[in-house]
Amino acid sequence: MTWIVQYLWLIPALPILAAGIAALLKQRSRIPAASLAIGSMAASFLLSLCAFAHVLGNHSGDGIQVFNVRWFQFGNEWLKLGWMLDPLTAVMLVMVTFVGLLIFIYSIGYMEHDENFTRFFSFLALFAGAMLGVIIANSLLLLFMCWEIVGLTSYLLIGFWYANPKAAAAAKKAFIVTRIGDLGFLLGMVWLYAQSGTLLFYDAGAGCLEGSSLAHLVARTTILGLTLSSAIGILIFCGAAGKSGQVPLHVWLPDAMEGPTPVSALIHAATMVAAGVFLIARIYPLMAAHAGESLSPTVALQVVTWVGAITAVFGATIAVAQYDIKRILAYSTVSQLGYMMIGLGVGGVAVGMFHLITHAFFKALLFLGAGSVIHGCSGEQDIRRMGGLRKYMPITFAAYAVGMLALCGFPLFFSGFWSKDEILSAAHTWSISQVPFFMGAFGALLTAFYMTRQVYYVFAGSNRLASASYDTPLASDFEDPGHHPTHLPHESPAVMTIPLVILAAFAILLGLIGTPAWPWFQSFLENKSAELSFAAFSNPGILPVMISSSLLVFLGLGLGWYFYGRRPIAIAESTDALATLQPGVFTVLGDAYYVDALYAATILRLNAWSAAASAWLDQWVWNGVVQSVSYFVVGIAWIDNFIDSGVVNTAFDSGCQTASRGGQLLALLQGGRVQTYLRLIGCALVALVIFLLWGAKA
Amino acid sequence: MTSFPIPVLSILTALPVVGAIALLALGNRNKNLVRWTALAFSLAALVLTLILWSHFDTISGALQFQERNTWVAPLGAEYHVAIDGLGLLMLLLSSIVVPIGIFASWQIQDRVPLYFSLVLLLQACLFGTFTALNFFHWFIFWELSLIPAFFLIRLWGGANRTKAATQFLVYTMVGSIGLLLSFLALFLATRTFDFADLATLAQHGQLMPAVIDKLAWRHVTPDHVAIIVFTGAFLGFAVKVPLFPFHTWLPSAYSEAPTGTTILLTGAMSKMGVYGFLRILLPIFWPQMQVVLTPLLWLAVATIIFSAYAALAQRDLKRIFAYSSINHLGYCLLAIFAVIKFTGGDAALTGEKYAAMNGAFLQMFNHGLTAATLFWFVAILEKRTGGLRSLDDFGGLRKVAPVFTGLMGIALFSSLGLPGLNGFIGEFLIFKGSFPLVPWATSLAVLGLLTTAVFTLGILQRVFYGPLNSQWISFPDLTTRERLALAPAIGLMFALGLYPQLVLAVVNNTAIQMVEHFKF
Repeated sequence: MTWIVQYLWLIPALPILAAGIAALLKQRSRIPAASLAIGSMAASFLLSLCAFAHVLGNHSGDGIQVFNVRWFQFGNEWLKLGWMLDPLTAVMLVMVTFVGLLIFIYSIGYMEHDENFTRFFSFLALFAGAMLGVIIANSLLLLFMCWEIVGLTSYLLIGFWYANPKAAAAAKKAFIVTRIGDLGFLLGMVWLYAQSGTLLFYDAGAGCLEGSSLAHLVARTTILGLTLSSAIGILIFCGAAGKSGQVPLHVWLPDAMEGPTPVSALIHAATMVAAGVFLIARIYPLMAAHAGESLSPTVALQVVTWVGAITAVFGATIAVAQYDIKRILAYSTVSQLGYMMIGLGVGGVAVGMFHLITHAFFKALLFLGAGSVIHGCSGEQDIRRMGGLRKYMPITFAAYAVGMLALCGFPLFFSGFWSKDEILSAAHTWSISQVPFFMGAFGALLTAFYMTRQVYYVFAGSNRLASASYDTPLASDFEDPGHHPTHLPHESPAVMTIPLVILAAFAILLGLIGTPAWPWFQSFLENKSAELSFAAFSNPGILPVMISSSLLVFLGLGLGWYFYGRRPIAIAESTDALATLQPGVFTVLGDAYYVDALYAATILRLNAWSAAASAWLDQWVWNGVVQSVSYFVVGIAWIDNFIDSGVVNTAFDSGCQTASRGGQLLALLQGGRVQTYLRLIGCALVALVIFLLWGAKA
Repeated sequence: MTSFPIPVLSILTALPVVGAIALLALGNRNKNLVRWTALAFSLAALVLTLILWSHFDTISGALQFQERNTWVAPLGAEYHVAIDGLGLLMLLLSSIVVPIGIFASWQIQDRVPLYFSLVLLLQACLFGTFTALNFFHWFIFWELSLIPAFFLIRLWGGANRTKAATQFLVYTMVGSIGLLLSFLALFLATRTFDFADLATLAQHGQLMPAVIDKLAWRHVTPDHVAIIVFTGAFLGFAVKVPLFPFHTWLPSAYSEAPTGTTILLTGAMSKMGVYGFLRILLPIFWPQMQVVLTPLLWLAVATIIFSAYAALAQRDLKRIFAYSSINHLGYCLLAIFAVIKFTGGDAALTGEKYAAMNGAFLQMFNHGLTAATLFWFVAILEKRTGGLRSLDDFGGLRKVAPVFTGLMGIALFSSLGLPGLNGFIGEFLIFKGSFPLVPWATSLAVLGLLTTAVFTLGILQRVFYGPLNSQWISFPDLTTRERLALAPAIGLMFALGLYPQLVLAVVNNTAIQMVEHFKF
């Protein structure tokens, strides 16, 4: 047992500790709070690098090292928690701490004017700690606990500008919607616990993801012929779908953009929303557990694939018709998370995780770029009122363009190309159906299109910020309450642009570690060593998919140029080119297929109705029964009273009067005069003597 | 079995009575002196309980600190007190809740000595109930506890206090009558009031035959006699917990009572009902409970779901927390009913029963702590607003009272069951244990968790978030004294959430014994 495995817990513990201290600091202690958060994150980053190096050097066995501890005892067993170090953990640790660190630094600039600066860093650090806890957990229970705390910090940070009712509502919505998924997670977890007898993933052969437990789970079937492992897997996937914004639980993610932009970048693009994907990757042995040597994918993985495919297209279509710079990115995130799920479903852990990592970098880049734009435009978020920012914000533009091309999957030079291509290749060879492949390909086309649209709106043409009238806000409110609209966009300070440049570099370079020719990333996750072989491109199916996906990207970029680039957008009020072409479709997409309205009309109404019905039942039925019984009792009491006073008492009184009169009569005998007594005694004596004599004679 | 040189449990029960008398003797002249004296007595009881806690033999988990004296032999009345892990946990909870209630009653101005002496009397009744092992004096304490509670509501309550107090008193009395009649039937059949003796008879299957033998009414089958006797006892506890649909007294009693009293009602008195289920119904009547298990489970599920939804429909903070209390104790009952699902020695299921039983214990304690703290926050709020406590009266308080918001937020998330805080572990163990035993009921019960989240976050949203209501621009944040007083309660929430072994180490062996001994 090396020290890094034993002390792996420090990686989440340091930020949590920093969060705790920062929470107790006074609001004016801005520098200590930020230093604590950033310092702890930097320390965690260094430790994560150590852990990564350790995994790199460790090729023995399955590459999984665990450290389990007892937590509490119930009955005769101890509930154990633990942490683990394997390639998956190591990769995620480095990604989260690195991206997190950059975003923390960026936040110093972005949140400069905010009065709750100290709280912001406390919440961010708590988030980072909980997220890192999710990553290192070797116990589904520990993972769930950190998962819920991640949900709490997401709530706190979405609602960070709490005075804004929209932010408050969005925060609540995010928590509730993800909790709906978490109920499935909870049930899946207790079911797994009951069947496996443990929630530790790996425990020297006794863990729930290890041989004997899985053999037990696949041997049993439950309703609909599902194997237990698939049934439990699907329940746990509910939790993943909630956190990762999969349809139909995606509705909270666009609203979550009410939070400060660094939060959107860190939590709602790079890390937390990817936690669902990570969860499925973590429990992949359970999801993929087969009975015997069957080759077709398990039902659980099929569910993951289909949900992912639907989400990928769903999110991408909606993103086409949004005007808020952050909401476009949010729906894009929904769509990309769908890709990751497809990747897990059709290709396995490495395929899904590669896209998770590349996406984390370029989507964080895009969000931070968007934040820089919003910051430079004094809080403006509506892309119709931007335009021409290329001139004012050159660094932001360059970085944003890199992120955009990576997200589109521009061939060869950008990381997104390789990771998306791998998903599509895997989907192409899926044994169940080709439909997810075509859905993914269509999504890729749309992605290139909506990103081109956004970039043309924001950076090309002439600036429309000044021309827009502020009396009639178009789409969104101003994000940052510390700002007042000034009419000249400006480049952001270095503390914000340097993280952008670093992320941009990674958005390009990361692709190199996962090409078909040198699939280092995939081999690393499988704990093998990778070999460089350009011959891999000639493997069947690789090149055709690469070429067709490249063509789709070019088509998307071209269509974007055709609609938005050919003629620069002149004024903020001009109608969108697509809206001119297809107003009906555009409206439906703009309103996100009316899913929110649908939920408001069904689930929310049902909920409100249930609440009202429960309260009504309480007040009128159950309490009514009690009231009736009590009135019945009171009624009986009244009748009883009537009988008492009217019947019994009357009789009693008259009886008493009779007795009383008799008493008065008798009282005459007891006047207290001795003569009377003597007289009576004398008479009685005479009577007694006569009686006795009479008896004697007889 | 630990023998203690002094009758420590009797001393513990007598201590608040002495305090009550002392308070009355102090009179109304110096109100602060009365308050501090009351607090001192309640803290003395806490210290005494902590001494018990530290001397408790957790390895055995059996009944300890026993005192047993013959009292009225022909009536089967013995003075028999002792505690196991469960009893100890309830004593500790009562000793924690009462000081909280006293703190939250600090603003009471009217008839101060009487108020606080009633509070201490109530505490004595709680101690008596949680230590008694003979029905005779157990029932005396059980009933006696209603008297101080009634007067606390009736004399210091809100606008509808008379009705609420009467309903509370009469409702629980009616339940108790069923309980009394059932135990008289048991006594007639067995000539004993001792819980342990009755449980032993039940365990050997001799209890109900004896009852049926004595009470073989015409036209009633023996099975029905057993169920009728059980139902009587069941009613007494079901009203007290309360179990749906016997709960309607609770919202008005909780909301009309002065908030300091509500803390005692929800923090400690509501546990008397659950305690009764565990100490009395489960050991003595489990064969009957098994017969009607399905309806019982439905009642537990209905309690959980309906009360959560009813809470969602309320505007008054106290009524929300009142319904939330019903909801939380519903989980305890779910676990208790799940435990009797199968009898026998299946090792895997026995493990689940240990989990459910421990979960129920923890949930009782956690709910007591969290609910008391939440009502304490309501009391603090009322003190600042002159009694306003509707969801619609506020908005944006976080702006002016960030510390208040933060600490009450912690308590709210504890009530919601957030991991890392105390509420989670109990609920997790309950679900972990109940799911394999009664999967459908447990699956439905998770709906309660969701609805709880909805109304809890609704409180945060309406009271603390959004634009600041201009009425409260000068709303004062927590004072240093309030922060210091609240800190232990909040700290305990974290401590139990992170290290539940603190409590489980003490109750686990008792839970094992309850499951093992009666082979549920």
